Amino acid sequence: MSQEQQEKHTAGAFDVRNVIAALIGAYGVVLVLMGLFHDTAEEAERTGGLAANLWAGIGMLVFAVAFALWARLRPVVVDPPSEPSGEPDA
Amino acid sequence: MLLTAADDTFRLDANLVDYLLVAMYFAVVIAIGFAARRRVSDSIDFFLSGRSLPAWVTGLAFVSANLGAVEIIGMSANGAQYGLPSMHYFWIGAVPAMLFLGVVMMPFYYGSKVRSVPEFMRRRFGTGAHLVNAISFAVAQVLIAGINLFLLATVVNVLLGWPLWVSLVAAAAIVLSYITLGGLSAAIYNEVLQFFVIVAALVPLTWIGLSKVGGWDGLVDKITSSGGAEQLNSWPGSELSGFSSPIWSIVGIVFGLGFVQSFGYWTTNFVEVQRAMATKSMSAARSTPIIASFPKMFIPFVVVIPGMVAGVSVSEVVALKSGQDSGVEYNDAILLLVRDVLPNGLLGVAIAGLLASFMAGMAANISAFNTVFSYDLWQTYVKKDRPDGYYLAVGRWATVGATAIAIGTALIASGFSNLMDYLQTLFGFFNAPLFATFILGMFWKRMTPTAGWTGLVAGTVSAVAVFVANQVGVFTLPGQGAAFLAAGTAFVVDIVVSVAVTMVTKPKPVAELAGLVYSQTPKEVRTDPDAHRLPWYQSPTTLAGIALVMVVALNVIFD
Repeated sequence: MSQEQQEKHTAGAFDVRNVIAALIGAYGVVLVLMGLFHDTAEEAERTGGLAANLWAGIGMLVFAVAFALWARLRPVVVDPPSEPSGEPDA
Repeated sequence: MLLTAADDTFRLDANLVDYLLVAMYFAVVIAIGFAARRRVSDSIDFFLSGRSLPAWVTGLAFVSANLGAVEIIGMSANGAQYGLPSMHYFWIGAVPAMLFLGVVMMPFYYGSKVRSVPEFMRRRFGTGAHLVNAISFAVAQVLIAGINLFLLATVVNVLLGWPLWVSLVAAAAIVLSYITLGGLSAAIYNEVLQFFVIVAALVPLTWIGLSKVGGWDGLVDKITSSGGAEQLNSWPGSELSGFSSPIWSIVGIVFGLGFVQSFGYWTTNFVEVQRAMATKSMSAARSTPIIASFPKMFIPFVVVIPGMVAGVSVSEVVALKSGQDSGVEYNDAILLLVRDVLPNGLLGVAIAGLLASFMAGMAANISAFNTVFSYDLWQTYVKKDRPDGYYLAVGRWATVGATAIAIGTALIASGFSNLMDYLQTLFGFFNAPLFATFILGMFWKRMTPTAGWTGLVAGTVSAVAVFVANQVGVFTLPGQGAAFLAAGTAFVVDIVVSVAVTMVTKPKPVAELAGLVYSQTPKEVRTDPDAHRLPWYQSPTTLAGIALVMVVALNVIFD
């Protein structure tokens, strides 16, 4: 265990949780903007009066923040290559 | 067949924002391929992700690999047609088998360090059973990849108006590029991403759909008043099983669907097991299908329920349920609901989610195919003892070849849709006896190599025989009854033949069975030496117990 702790190397942007947070977060931003500024009368007609884009967008933003926080608080530690011939970690 | 109407019934009025959302998704998919490439240095990296992934990642990939076109389109269709009994495909037909895979079988798959399910077959039973398993699996995967690709291209064609061949080639090119670049890691990371995009598409669809019919109570009222009260209870599900007697219906669902069909699929299908093999420890490998069982038991709420909503709110599906010809099929239910209720914006998320789901299925088939082709067929029977880099190259070329064949299969499917339905049924026949052979082989050291392949062949042939007898009218079972009976027969015949042949043939020397058979495997090999240090939420058996309690509770609540 002590060897691992000396060489902590986090996955950072390559952590899949950050990728998921980025995409879902971007979706959230677009949906919130759509909910605020797009033709809301047409939207209400389809959804039966729900501000669906706005609320779904907010939901996705909350999810994205939670995932980014999880990745930040419990980062993935990339193990050093087990064989000497292995290439350096990305 | 799905979406034969080539008119504008299904055309979605997607606008620029929707296309932007879809484009964002594809940009991330390709970027993951490039990012994963930086870590691929040898063939174990490419085929098994270097055995390094955490369990929650492989667990979600495990669910996602199965959350393809057939699942989303087919299970929402079942929801529209049969209602709540469709939940059995998840609660009875998947979760118990997934828990069994994690608790009982994974120690042998992971502990023996095999690289594929057919390789386990070869080490346990030798060449005969290995060839039957590896070849039937490889052929099935390429053809099923073609079916997934065809469904994907059809949906793009119908929803967005792109020509079929353009959608075919574009979709194939995307899947090809990220798998050849990043191998299994890229496939798995994309599957995890796909899982969240699919959920982001289906949750709002379910929420808006339910709200439009007046919530759950409104849905219940509408289904009851249209005379479908039995569709509101998951048991006994007579419409689904095709057995009119409630007792036989329950027996058929529990044994046919729950035991034979589902255990055969979930515990021996390398597409699924491969995801667990990509983990870093025995505990993580065992946890993979167990973690996957939690999302699996809640997925029907966003797949089956939208189908039920479509059954009472989409005019064409309502007409279909009342027996009129409205020009649509149950398979169209979820697409029609998307068309009716989603505004621009969420529509783009839904299209991205559907495309994601269809690509997940195809990518899973192809990444499992290239492993079996490279390790089990090429390395074992064609070119042995080459350096590792050689097999990495073979794997990349196998991916290209499989994608090309899948495009060909998809083109054939576009001409002969019924043929593809039959092919899919046929592949089901290979699954049912596999479980019998594996479970006997893992727990009975006496079972001989000859018994391995004869049991498989006899089981498969008997399943085909039951299916043909039902088709030509020797007996007639409606609904899913024939498929349940075929699977059950295959299982019994496989066991009987395996036991009989074992009695008259020579077993393998006991020394060669270490790691492969329960009694010959030392406890250290089939358990995780660090298991006692894991917190309770990482203990496979504790998690499996929680999952079991939850799935029983779901069955009771929705009885």
